[in-house]
Amino acid sequence: MTPEGLDATFAALADPTRRAILARLASGEASVAELAGPFAMSQPAISKHLKVLERAGLISRSQDAQRRPRRLEAKPLAEATEWLENYRQFWEASFERLDALLDELKTREK
Amino acid sequence: MSDTLKVTTPSDREIVVTRVFEAPRSLVFDCMSKPELVKQWLLGPPGWTMPVCEIDLRVGGRYRYVWRGPDGSEMGMGGVYREIVRPERIVQSELFDQDWTGGETVGTALLTEEGSRTTLTIKVLYSSKEARDGALRTGMTEGMAAGYDRLAKLVASMLAEEVK
Repeated sequence: MTPEGLDATFAALADPTRRAILARLASGEASVAELAGPFAMSQPAISKHLKVLERAGLISRSQDAQRRPRRLEAKPLAEATEWLENYRQFWEASFERLDALLDELKTREK
Repeated sequence: MSDTLKVTTPSDREIVVTRVFEAPRSLVFDCMSKPELVKQWLLGPPGWTMPVCEIDLRVGGRYRYVWRGPDGSEMGMGGVYREIVRPERIVQSELFDQDWTGGETVGTALLTEEGSRTTLTIKVLYSSKEARDGALRTGMTEGMAAGYDRLAKLVASMLAEEVK
């Protein structure tokens, strides 16, 4: 995946409505009307969010010409997550050591 | 759980790490600013050590970190302190020797105390979209096709949690 692609992924994920749409699509494909249902938003407003998600490659349209349901595309999400996961692991390991060090310092202070 | 690490990307130029510690913030501040303490914990994965940890804690002062991996390879970074408010805030410039972040980043460490606990928030701000892209490029690993679906499910459940 290109850096531009990742950029689009992160930008698309930065919006809470779009994250909610992805969360909904994680449980199965859905039409625009079905997606608009839980949100206090018009279908055109939802369509705008769907376009951003589609451009980022996070969702795609199924062949069903009538409903044109959207479905979740796993790959870009996984790539963005992988990068964050490496970052998280560095801090996770370091902070566990910091916990132990803080405990030790607290005991010494007493 | 209170001590769970959170990593978020609030904008396309930032990464934010949040973690709660069971200690007063003056102690956490010491652990982040005294070299003899920093080199005991800021080590990342097991097997790494920190042979160089120099800190000149004043505005305009420099710091320098070098890590050594289990295979002997070294990774260094450093920068200049821009703001120090003891024991609640440190702002510093950051640059890796290999410059895999595509230019300098600005790191802000914020410490807030509540009862006997301290919340540490570390924000890394990239200088530009290109700089952030550089970091992303380096962080990429190849050949993870098999894991995509599993990861996507994990992400989806994380997203679902967030929506609740």
